[in-house]
Amino acid sequence: MSAATAKETKNITLSINGQQVLAEKGLTVLEAARGAGIYIPTLCYHPILPPYGGCRMCVVEIEKMRGFPTACTTPAEDNMIIKTDTPQLQELRRNILELVLTEHPHSCLICDRKEQCYPYHICIRKVAVTTGCIMCPKNGRCELQKVVDYVGLKEVSLPYTYRELPILRDSPFFDRDYNLCILCGRCVRVCQEIRGVGAITFTYRGPKALVGTAFDYTLQKAGCQFCGACVDVCPTGALIERASKWEGSPDYVIATTCPYCGVGCRLNLEVRKDRIISSVPAIKGAQACVKGRFGIVEFVHHPQRLSNPLIKKDGKFVKASWDEALSLLAEKLQRYKGDKFALISSAKITNEENYLAQKFSRVVMGTNNIDHATRLCHAPSIVGLTEAFGIGAMTNPISDIGNTSCVFVIGSNTISSHPVIALEIKKAISKGAKLIVADPREIKLCQWADVWLQHLPGSDVALLMGMMRVIKDEGLADSTFVQERCENFDAFKDSLKDFDLDFVEKITGVPKAKIEKTARLFATKKPATIIYGMGITQNSHGTDNVFAITNLAMLTGNIGKPSSGVNPLRGQNNNQGACDMGSLPDVYTDYQRVDNPDIRKKFETAWSAQLSSAPGLTLPEIIEAAYKGEIKSIFLIGENPLLSEADAARAKEALKKLEFLVAQDIFLSESAQLAHVILPACSFAEKDGTFTNTERRIQRVRRAIEPIGNSKPDWWIISEIAKRMGAEGFDFSHPSEIMQEIAKLTHSYSGITYQRLEDMCPQWPCPHKESQGTPILHVETFVRGKGRFSPLIYKPSAELPDKDYPFILTTGCSLYHHQTGTMTRKVSGLNALEPEGLVEINSTDARQLNINEGERVKVISRRGQVTTKAKITEVCPQGMVFMRFHFAENGVNILTNPMLDPVSKIPEFKVCAVKIEKE
Amino acid sequence: MYKQLAEIFKQYEGEKGAVITVLQKVQEKLGYLSKEAISGVAKFFRMSESEIFGIASFYAQFRFTPRGKHAVKVCLGTACYVRGGEEIMKTAEKNLGIDRGGTTEDYKFSLERVACFGCCALAPVMLVDKNVHTKMNLSKVREVIKRYQGEK
Repeated sequence: MSAATAKETKNITLSINGQQVLAEKGLTVLEAARGAGIYIPTLCYHPILPPYGGCRMCVVEIEKMRGFPTACTTPAEDNMIIKTDTPQLQELRRNILELVLTEHPHSCLICDRKEQCYPYHICIRKVAVTTGCIMCPKNGRCELQKVVDYVGLKEVSLPYTYRELPILRDSPFFDRDYNLCILCGRCVRVCQEIRGVGAITFTYRGPKALVGTAFDYTLQKAGCQFCGACVDVCPTGALIERASKWEGSPDYVIATTCPYCGVGCRLNLEVRKDRIISSVPAIKGAQACVKGRFGIVEFVHHPQRLSNPLIKKDGKFVKASWDEALSLLAEKLQRYKGDKFALISSAKITNEENYLAQKFSRVVMGTNNIDHATRLCHAPSIVGLTEAFGIGAMTNPISDIGNTSCVFVIGSNTISSHPVIALEIKKAISKGAKLIVADPREIKLCQWADVWLQHLPGSDVALLMGMMRVIKDEGLADSTFVQERCENFDAFKDSLKDFDLDFVEKITGVPKAKIEKTARLFATKKPATIIYGMGITQNSHGTDNVFAITNLAMLTGNIGKPSSGVNPLRGQNNNQGACDMGSLPDVYTDYQRVDNPDIRKKFETAWSAQLSSAPGLTLPEIIEAAYKGEIKSIFLIGENPLLSEADAARAKEALKKLEFLVAQDIFLSESAQLAHVILPACSFAEKDGTFTNTERRIQRVRRAIEPIGNSKPDWWIISEIAKRMGAEGFDFSHPSEIMQEIAKLTHSYSGITYQRLEDMCPQWPCPHKESQGTPILHVETFVRGKGRFSPLIYKPSAELPDKDYPFILTTGCSLYHHQTGTMTRKVSGLNALEPEGLVEINSTDARQLNINEGERVKVISRRGQVTTKAKITEVCPQGMVFMRFHFAENGVNILTNPMLDPVSKIPEFKVCAVKIEKE
Repeated sequence: MYKQLAEIFKQYEGEKGAVITVLQKVQEKLGYLSKEAISGVAKFFRMSESEIFGIASFYAQFRFTPRGKHAVKVCLGTACYVRGGEEIMKTAEKNLGIDRGGTTEDYKFSLERVACFGCCALAPVMLVDKNVHTKMNLSKVREVIKRYQGEK
C-alpha cells in the first residue's frame, strides 16, 4: 500500500501508552489498539460480535474522559490520549477478575508454580486438582489464563464456590461444562445475534445466573442447530468439541473449502499426526453449519473408506493393485468407445477433475455422453437463465443478500439446505428487510416471514404469473428497465391474460388478496432479491418455473443491481464448477456448444482429436439407454444414481444390465456395489484443486493429509486410464497444470491461476489476469444483450393425486444430511440427530387413516413402495406428505416420477401421487 | 389456553417491546408461565423459547410452576421481623406442610415471603389472598389456615 492510500483509509491518530497509532475512523479504541499490536485484556469481546461491555476487563484511561471507559465500546477519536496499563487499571482489573474467579476453578490459574507444572504432576498445594487448568482441555488455549497472566493476579481473597454442575452431553458434538463458564455471554450472543437461533440464553439472575435453555430442555428441543458457533467463541473450556477435546493443539492448519453444499464455506482443517482433528470456519467472522463444522473428520477417516482398487470376480470384490485395475480398465474400455459408453461425473469432485472427465469421454471415448447430478437439481436454471439472461448462474453474491430490502424465497428450505445463506437472510431481516416465503410446507423460515404463501406443489408458474399480473395492472412494473433492457415483453404481456386471480387462487390455493398484497410488497421494496432452490426446478415444467422467476425479476427491474437478482442456490459444493467445466452432454467448458462447428474446431485443435458433433445423452436418458441396452458401459464418478434417480428401481435394473460398470468413489455406495471395477478415490481433504460455489466463486481445495490407504485423486486416476489407452494430453503432475489448460479454453476462467487463488477467490467471469472477477452479472447489459421475457402457460404436474393415490408426495432435504447420505450417514453425531427417514403427514390426514406418531406405514406410488415411520405434523398441509431423500433404507426415489421436463430433462422429484397404508 | 393467549396477544400485535407486559398478562390469566405459554409467547414475538424464558426467569415476579388457589404471604419486613415474623412463617410452613416459595400438593396453598405491606403498626402481618390478618400470633396463624383448609 502506498503512503497516499494509507492516509486515506487510516485517517485518525491517537496516542496509546505514548505510542502514536494510526487508525481508521469508526473503529473502537480496542480495535485501534489491537490493530497496532497493543494488548488490552478482554473476556466478553469477540471480533465477530457487536461490542457488549460486559466483562469490564478492557477498561482504559482516556484523557478528558471521566472514570474508566471500556475500550470495546468507546469509539476511537482523533487525538485521543489513552493509557491501557497503569497500576490503577491493573488493580481495578484484578478486583473484577477476582469476582469472576469466585465461580471458576482457579487454583492453577493463580498458582505461583504454574510454569513448572506438567501433566500428571503431583501437586500437594491444592485440593481441587481435578478442577484445575492442568486437567482442562482448553489448557494453553484459554483466554482466561491469558488475562490472569497479563493482569498478574496472584491471590483470590474472596470465597470460592464450585457450582458442582453435571457436564451436559446432550449434543453429539460438544460438551457443556458450566462449572467453567464465566458468563461472558459470547455463546448466547452468537447464537441469538449472528445465528438467529437463540437456543441458549442467560437464565435466572444473580448467583443463580447461568447459560442454559428454557426449562432445561435438551439443546435439540431448544432449537439448537449444532453449528458450533458457541464452541468457537467460548473463551474457556466450558464449551468444547468432544471429538478433539483431548487432542491438544494441531500440528498445522490448512485452509480449504467445505465439501458439502453450494455455499462453499472456507474451512480450516486442523491436522495432528496426519489426522484431521477438527474443521473450523477459516475466515474471521465467517460461519459454518453442523455438517461443515462437525461432519467432516469422521467421514474422511471412516474405516469404510475404500482403500484399494476392487475387481469383481465371480460376484465378489477382490482386492487388486492399481496397475492391475488400470490395465483391465484400459483394455475393457477400448471395446466401448463411442456412444455405447457414458460417463457420469460428479458435482463433488474438483473443477480440474471435471474438466479431465469430460475431456476423457470426448477425446478418449469419442462420445458426448457425459452428465452429472446437476441434471437432477438445477438443469432448468442453466437452461432457463441462459435463455433469459445469457448465463446460468446466481446473478449476485451471497453477501448481497444481507443488504437487500426484500427477500423472496421460493422453493428453498434455506435453513436446512443452505444454512449459511439463511444467516444472510436473517441479517437482512434484522436490518428491516421484508421476507416473502412461498412454500407448500411451513418451513422454519416462515417464522420470520412477513408473508407466507402456501401454494400447492407444482403451482409456481400460476403463483408468480398471478403476482406479475397484479404488478403490471397496478402500474408497479419498472417500465424504464423493461423498455431499455428487455425484449419480447408484449408476448409475455399477452400470456398474462390467462392468469386472472380467480384462476390463480383456484390453482395455487392461495387467497387472491394475499397474492395482491405480496405482489405490491415485492414490487415496491427495492432492491429485492429472489432466492430459489429445487422446489422450483425439480418439476416437469421446471424450466417454465425458472422463466417465471426471470420474468418477475425483469418486470420489477431487479437485475444487474446490488442486492437484487435471481439467485438459484446450488445443492452441492461444485455443482456450478462441474457445469462450467463442461461435464454436460451438449457443451464444452464455459457452455460452448458442441454442435457449433467453430467451437468444436477450437477444441479439436486444442486437444488434437476428432470430436463428436452430436450432443450426448443427459443423465436420465443415459440410465434409460442403459435400461434399453443401448449403453453398455458406464463410468461412474462419485455418483449414486440408485438413490438419486427418480424411479430408482428402474435405475437399478438399468445398472444391472450393463456389461461394464466402473465406480470411482470414496465409499462403497449403493450404486458402486453393482460395479465390475471399483477405484478408490481421495476425499477433498487429500487433494488439491478448486471448487466453484453457488455464487460463482472459485475457491481452492488444499491437500491436508496423505491419501487414505491406496486411494488416489480422481484427476490422477482419469489421467492414468487415458494414458494407458494411448491418449495424449493427459500428462499432468498437479491440478494447477490442468487449471492452466482450462484457463486457455475457458473465457470466464481465463484469469485464474493457482498463484492468484492464494490471495483471492474471484467470482467468474474472470476473463484476464488483472480481473478481480465479477460479483454482479448483467450490470450494464445482459450477457445475451437484452433480457428476454418468456410468455408462459400453466401446466399441471404430470401426476396429480386421484382416487387411488390420494396424496401428493414431495421431497426435500435435512439440515443434518447431505444428498444420498454417502458422507453424512457415516457421521455418528449426524445420525444421532436424525437417524432415519420419516414420512411427514398432516395430523388431520393421520387421524383419518388412523395412523399414530412413529407407526410404520407403507408409502406406495405407481412405481413402487417403501416402508417408513410416520411423523405427524402441522408443517405439511392436508393432502400432502413429505419425505427426505438421504436414506437408503427407504429411498424415496423408488416412488418419484421419472417424467422429464422437456427442455432441461430434469425428473419431477417434487410432485407425485402416493397412497399411505398401515403396515 | 391458546384462546386466552390469543386474546392477550391481540392487544400487542406488532409491539416488539411488550414481552414483559405480555408475560405479566399471561401469568395473570393462567396463574403461572407454563411451558406451553412460554412457547406461545415465543411464537408471537418470533423469538426462541429460550430467549423468552431468559427474560422471564430474570424477574422474581414470574413463576414457572402453578400457584395454589390461595396465596399465603407472610411479611418478614423489619417491623414484622422484630415482632416474630420468622416464627409466624415457620408456623405457616409447618401447618401447610411446605417451605416458603412452595405450593401444596393439592394446589390449594402457595406460601411466599414478602417484605412490608405498609401497615407496620399492626405487625406481625400475614396475608391470605387479599385479606390482611394483623397482630398475628401462632394460634391465630393455625386458626386462619384451618379456616381456609376447611372450606370446600
